[in-house]
Amino acid sequence: MIAEAGLVALWLAAALAFLQLALAWFGLVGGKDELLEAMRPVAVTQGVLTGLSFLLLITLFVQSDMSVALVATNSHSMKPWLYKVAGTWGNHEGSMLLWVTVMGVAGGAVALFERALRRDTHMATLGAQAAISLGFYAFLLFASNPFARLETPPPDGQGLNPLLQDPGLAFHPPTLYVGYVGLSVAFSFAVGALLTRRVDAAFAKAMRPWVLAAWIMLTLGITAGSYWAYYELGWGGWWFWDPVENASLMPWLAATALLHSATVLATRDALRAWTIMLAVVAFSMSMVGTFLVRSGILTSVHAFAVDPQRGTFILGLLALYIGGALALFALRIGTVREGQQFELVSRETTLVINNLLLTVILGLVLIGTLYPLMTEAFGHKVSVGPPYFDRIVGPITLVLVMFMAAGPLTRWRKDRAKAVGTRMLVPAIVLVVAFVALGALAWGRMGILPFLGLTVAAAVAVGSVAPLWKRNLRRTPLFNWGMVIAHLGCAVSLAGMASDSAFTVEKLVAAKPGDTISTAGWTLHFDRIVPVAGDNWTALQGDMTVSRGNGAAVAIHPQSRFFTNPPTTTTEAALLTRWDGQLYVVLGQEAEQGRWQMRIWWKPFVTLIWLGGIMIALGGALALLGRERRGWVMKIRKRRAMA
Amino acid sequence: MTRTLIWLPLLLFLAFFGLFASGLLKPDDHLINSRLVGQPLPAFSLPAAASDRPALDSTEFATGKPRLLNIFASWCVPCAAEAPQLLALKQAGVEIDAIAIRDARPDVDRFLTRYGNPYTRIGLDARSTVQMALGSSGVPETFVVDGRGKILHQHIGDIRADDVPDILKIVKDAR
Amino acid sequence: MKRLLALILLVFAAPALAQTALPPAPYADRQLDDPALEAKARDLMTTIRCLTCQSQSIADSNASLAGDMRSEIRQRIAQGEAPEHIRAWLIQRYGDWVSYVPTAAPILWPLWAAPLVLLFLGGLLVRSRIRRRRR
Repeated sequence: MIAEAGLVALWLAAALAFLQLALAWFGLVGGKDELLEAMRPVAVTQGVLTGLSFLLLITLFVQSDMSVALVATNSHSMKPWLYKVAGTWGNHEGSMLLWVTVMGVAGGAVALFERALRRDTHMATLGAQAAISLGFYAFLLFASNPFARLETPPPDGQGLNPLLQDPGLAFHPPTLYVGYVGLSVAFSFAVGALLTRRVDAAFAKAMRPWVLAAWIMLTLGITAGSYWAYYELGWGGWWFWDPVENASLMPWLAATALLHSATVLATRDALRAWTIMLAVVAFSMSMVGTFLVRSGILTSVHAFAVDPQRGTFILGLLALYIGGALALFALRIGTVREGQQFELVSRETTLVINNLLLTVILGLVLIGTLYPLMTEAFGHKVSVGPPYFDRIVGPITLVLVMFMAAGPLTRWRKDRAKAVGTRMLVPAIVLVVAFVALGALAWGRMGILPFLGLTVAAAVAVGSVAPLWKRNLRRTPLFNWGMVIAHLGCAVSLAGMASDSAFTVEKLVAAKPGDTISTAGWTLHFDRIVPVAGDNWTALQGDMTVSRGNGAAVAIHPQSRFFTNPPTTTTEAALLTRWDGQLYVVLGQEAEQGRWQMRIWWKPFVTLIWLGGIMIALGGALALLGRERRGWVMKIRKRRAMA
Repeated sequence: MTRTLIWLPLLLFLAFFGLFASGLLKPDDHLINSRLVGQPLPAFSLPAAASDRPALDSTEFATGKPRLLNIFASWCVPCAAEAPQLLALKQAGVEIDAIAIRDARPDVDRFLTRYGNPYTRIGLDARSTVQMALGSSGVPETFVVDGRGKILHQHIGDIRADDVPDILKIVKDAR
Repeated sequence: MKRLLALILLVFAAPALAQTALPPAPYADRQLDDPALEAKARDLMTTIRCLTCQSQSIADSNASLAGDMRSEIRQRIAQGEAPEHIRAWLIQRYGDWVSYVPTAAPILWPLWAAPLVLLFLGGLLVRSRIRRRRR
């Protein structure tokens, strides 16, 4: 019954999306703004129905209802409770249902909470949101029904890919999805503005919080995904420039650029066409990413739910929506003035350069990711991997973060070069001092990129907090705090990345129980190998004690895990976090004479990478809260004044 | 200028669309072919992998008669699956030499007793060194080498029954 | 009981998953004694693509062929062979695909030119937004 109810809810939601689209059409063509009031409940109900349908699917997974095909192929009755829930989105159909749910709920939220937008633009936006949703409802209902039943249910189910049986799965995909799909709102706003020819500061102000919210979730999702890959794959790497990783990075780059160009549009009423373009590109990148991941046209370590047929469907949707939006852009944008030009020394200029660099990085990641596909069309197989991206994207990123620190130190409209110079004096001194000091200490012992990375990180960290200098901290608006923390987070993350590549110590050994290994100031005693069993796995576990200097000994337990449903072996690294880094120990294969292969890494300050990611997201959240709170405060004041 | 420029994003998108569509349409091909096809066999000399077959040396290929060089391993399941096809090729008069990858003599002996032995010589490549030198990326693989020691063809994966005529033809043409 | 059964299964099932009958090659997971040579080998290994994996370098792979390749590379580096010579040797056999560093083959020229072209076009776009002279 539950499965049928879920399906009915989904069909109803699709019908409401159709109604929403129709209402928008009649409202816009007939110039009837009051239809917006009719659209609000429709959009909200649609959001509620999609949410309900998703909750019902979770219920089916928790109950292990093996008569539902999706549950039978992706779950197992012996699986721990958390992974039963997480299993809901650990597969194609479930994750597409999550996709439409986020889309539906976001649409409902736009209908309910958005009050700043002009009514006709609001209608067009909701209409656009309904139009994209319809495509994905069709995909779900006709090509990937998550509620399909089996005639003869199996007793236990086939189980979930063990790599996915990890707390990371409970958190990473939903967050990333909310971000990915949240960008559909920006897309709908852009289409709405183009349709009603209202691309102005008010529009940018209305759009910005929605972009910010999606961007926060994307940041968190990517940070979590990177950490997940770091400890789960067992090779000590946290970013591999793999196609799937790039697919998640591209929407983030576009959204970051959009966030800043929307600020220029909101403040100075310029960069109109550019902002619209970025809003379209951001969601396009979400769809392209989903296409690349699902279609399997590129090989990836993280390949997920690959099926060319689904790829075809997604490609169709891609052509319809992105092609449509870009055609609309070309037809309409000619009527939009681009706005004023900028003074050379002004915050606008730094933001435009920031946008340029972010977009160039986005373009390079896109080209690098797809290049093997292009050459294959000419019968030539190539690989574009970390060395290319590091060498090309790395230096551009360093320039980008320097402009990032410079932006807030520059005034809007017009600034004096000398005044800017004075404000940047301290960061500049830090840059030079760090360069000289680090160069004297460690020249030739690390690569040029990590070296520059550490230097720039130090200067940018100081530059990021410089806008707070001489300000009354208690009266500093919350969104300024948000900006400072997010920018500081970038510097922190950069420092972590550079430190990891500059200072990591790697040790590979084949050790017997009883052996003692020392590396990078750590002493590791290999006590024994014991078999252990979990709910749905068994493992060989290495019992070890590690200590540093005269410090207390700590027990760690890296494992080599064996799952039976489906049969797979995974390595569970042991991570020991200290304030100045992480010890990463992996138990490998059995070697000759009772020895075991072990990989040990000491990674100084590697945790800063993810700490920085969290700071960036936190900064975004503070900015969102700050802006929204100011809106509420002003509304309350207005109401009081009227009373 | 601006008039045409605003259509550029759409054109770029269409180019990407074409690329994606071609990526979907092309057959799934993750095989990495050896670049040495058409070139002389690299020089190598391997010890015997089986008790009743001699060792393998690259000089034994330039003897005027085309031969197959099969890359296999006793621990590889598809290798067992292609054994009947190799026996059929042997029946048809094709000389087959082999390299056993990352293997041990007792295991190879057991494999050959169980699945048959179509090989004239078998070399043991315990560290995949010769496999790398050949540009081979897995097991099983089969190279066709002509009478002057030149690699003519590489077959990646197990030889199925319907591959046998093609391989026979390549060997025949090489004479 | 189920756990015990699973443990027994584990002990017997492990060899069935193995990709080889032999222990790993000598230098597959053993570092060279000279840290400078090991660093050289490591830099090369992280840029050679694993042939039997999805999308990983041989430095990040459990595949046995990747292990043999690591061993081969370490031994060659220890004998004084230059990393780029080894890369060329591998490309000669497996094609450009095997190197994660895109080579200088003509088909890869556009890839190397991409950053310059994009930065140049972007620069033009930015210049059009900035006022030349103060009024």
